Amino acid sequence: MKRNPLTARSGATVGLAIASIAVLTACGTQSGGSGGGDAAEELGEMEGQVSILAWPGYVEDGSNDPAVDWVSSFEEETGCEVTSKTYGTSDEAVNLMKSGDYDVVVASGDATLRLIAAEDVVPVNTDLIPNYEGIYDFLKDKEWNSVDGESYGVPHGYGANLLMYNTEVVTEAPTSWDVVFDRAGEFTGKVTAYDSPIYIADAAVYLMAHQPELGIENPYALDEEQFQAAVDLLKEQRQHVGEYWSDYLKEIQAFQTGDSVVGTTWQVIQNVLESEGASTGVVLPEEGATGWSDTWMIAAGAENPNCAYAWLDHIASPEANAAATSYFGEAPSNDAACEFREDCEAYHAGDADYASQIWYWTTPIAECVDGRTDVECVDYAAWTAAWQEIKG
Amino acid sequence: MTTNAPTRHPLPARRAGFARKGSAFLATHPRARLAFLLTAPLFWLVVVYVVALALLLVTAFWSVDSFTGEITTEWTMDNIITVLTGSLYQTVTLRTLGVALAVTIVDVLLALPIAFYMAKVASPRMQRILVILVLTPLWASYLVKAYAWRSVLSQDGILEWLVSPFGGHTPGYGLPATIITLSYLWLPYVILPIYAGLERVPDSLLEASGDLGGRAWPTIRLVVFPLVLPAIIAGTIFSFSLSLGDYITVNIVGGASQMLGNLVYTNVGAANNLPLASAIALIPIVIIFGYLFLVRRTGALDNL
Repeated sequence: MKRNPLTARSGATVGLAIASIAVLTACGTQSGGSGGGDAAEELGEMEGQVSILAWPGYVEDGSNDPAVDWVSSFEEETGCEVTSKTYGTSDEAVNLMKSGDYDVVVASGDATLRLIAAEDVVPVNTDLIPNYEGIYDFLKDKEWNSVDGESYGVPHGYGANLLMYNTEVVTEAPTSWDVVFDRAGEFTGKVTAYDSPIYIADAAVYLMAHQPELGIENPYALDEEQFQAAVDLLKEQRQHVGEYWSDYLKEIQAFQTGDSVVGTTWQVIQNVLESEGASTGVVLPEEGATGWSDTWMIAAGAENPNCAYAWLDHIASPEANAAATSYFGEAPSNDAACEFREDCEAYHAGDADYASQIWYWTTPIAECVDGRTDVECVDYAAWTAAWQEIKG
Repeated sequence: MTTNAPTRHPLPARRAGFARKGSAFLATHPRARLAFLLTAPLFWLVVVYVVALALLLVTAFWSVDSFTGEITTEWTMDNIITVLTGSLYQTVTLRTLGVALAVTIVDVLLALPIAFYMAKVASPRMQRILVILVLTPLWASYLVKAYAWRSVLSQDGILEWLVSPFGGHTPGYGLPATIITLSYLWLPYVILPIYAGLERVPDSLLEASGDLGGRAWPTIRLVVFPLVLPAIIAGTIFSFSLSLGDYITVNIVGGASQMLGNLVYTNVGAANNLPLASAIALIPIVIIFGYLFLVRRTGALDNL
């Protein structure tokens, strides 16, 4: 009798162990069978589901706001059920894609080339995407979405990293990034900044205007001296930073409670804050800004390639492209999308000159992306290390 | 003698079957029984736990291709050297140790009176209620509690509202907020071992001390404290080691501060540098082993 509880417990342990082993082996078999590959030649039958990795606000099925929904119509038309996961920084996306759990990913320019180099995504046959034709030509076949003339995806939208301020504390609307750099002391402890190594480029954009003697031509092509200047500027800023953000909900809350009063942001954050009645404003400062141009890509070894192609076509369609880019607060990639939204002018949609003034996120590599050959630039690994140093 | 033997009931007919044969075999082979019982749990312990830890150690000696993010399995000491000599890692290690020590001290100071009241003063009924109350916060999610503290400590949070009439201010987000939140999170883990330790101290010892003229303080210092010291150390093992590895709380209420866990997280999650992350993860492991080594003689490990 005394041994009964013991055997019962061991039985449970055995059961648990067996279950765990089963799970482990299941995990082990999932990752096989992918790698590189070519673009699809033709489409087959829909698989019934598709799994998407996206920036917050890119795949909305109405669960956040019933009026914001461009997923349900896709699900009805194609029968592909959408599951999505959001990420906060490009590095997170690159990492998550290594799991092989996603069919489709939307990535910014600082992630796309890394995904392509790691063979986590495959070229996309744009002939299979009817709506690809409507995409602005100045977004097609760019260095961040194609390699050797082969397209790796469909451009989604583009926009700038803006400066957000609390209108009650920062009474005079700022016109320059100096409120988070040289004048950051005025708001000490309440400055916020984007928590990613790519934020070093924001400091470089500021230095381009305020320290021209450094000769920065492109914020993603920094030689040792220019890079050090940007890092020093950020180390000074660090003393005044209340918190860094990468989770956009955290930034929304910090601006609501007044724990952050000035710092970088996205338009979508301002939209949420505005709808909740917070007193915040955004501005595109005179120095210009970093920004993003995003691309929808298909994973190598995607389990649902047909639904993936269907999604790429759906999101490039004028209606869906208008709804998604308008919600996130960025310019659409499809010219016809402007028929479905009224704020296209505010985002300078289709204005190729304006678009060229935003410094789109690009992965910094040793071979300077601004074309210099006499120096070696600081690569992204060093940016990452420096970013941890800055945070201290 | 044989006449006293009870009449034997007829045995049920033997059923031949796999289960039957199996149990018959196991009944007569104790070693096979043991092997059958322990294979799966041992497999779990060795493969999932020990091998995973060993892989972590090994990974620290590899490096990563910075562009594709693939791990290259060539032996290198670079990560270990970086972690040992980099000023960033030294600063963050000291900060993390400081936070873990502060959390431990705060928790012990809070837990001692509560545990003493529970074990020695409260009625048995009250005792049960208090144990339940101490355990209740453990049923809520860690994240919910951390985010609750985020709103409590914010600029227009309840703490600011409470202390501003007296000229005080909320500490805001930063290391003090991290220490407060972690102390809250780990408090039950410190109270329970100390409570259990105090319960084992016989009341008669306290009475004897009183009979011999010992007042409250000398009794606590000379009788109770030496007896519960192993239990207190057992409690500190929890709060210290849990704080040492934490990265979520500091991310939520820590403002711009980083702890070792954050460095591991950014190196795995953002920088995709698993080898360096493993090297950093070795720091808390070494510290914890050092701590366990120091306290093993006190008998604290028997109180866990």
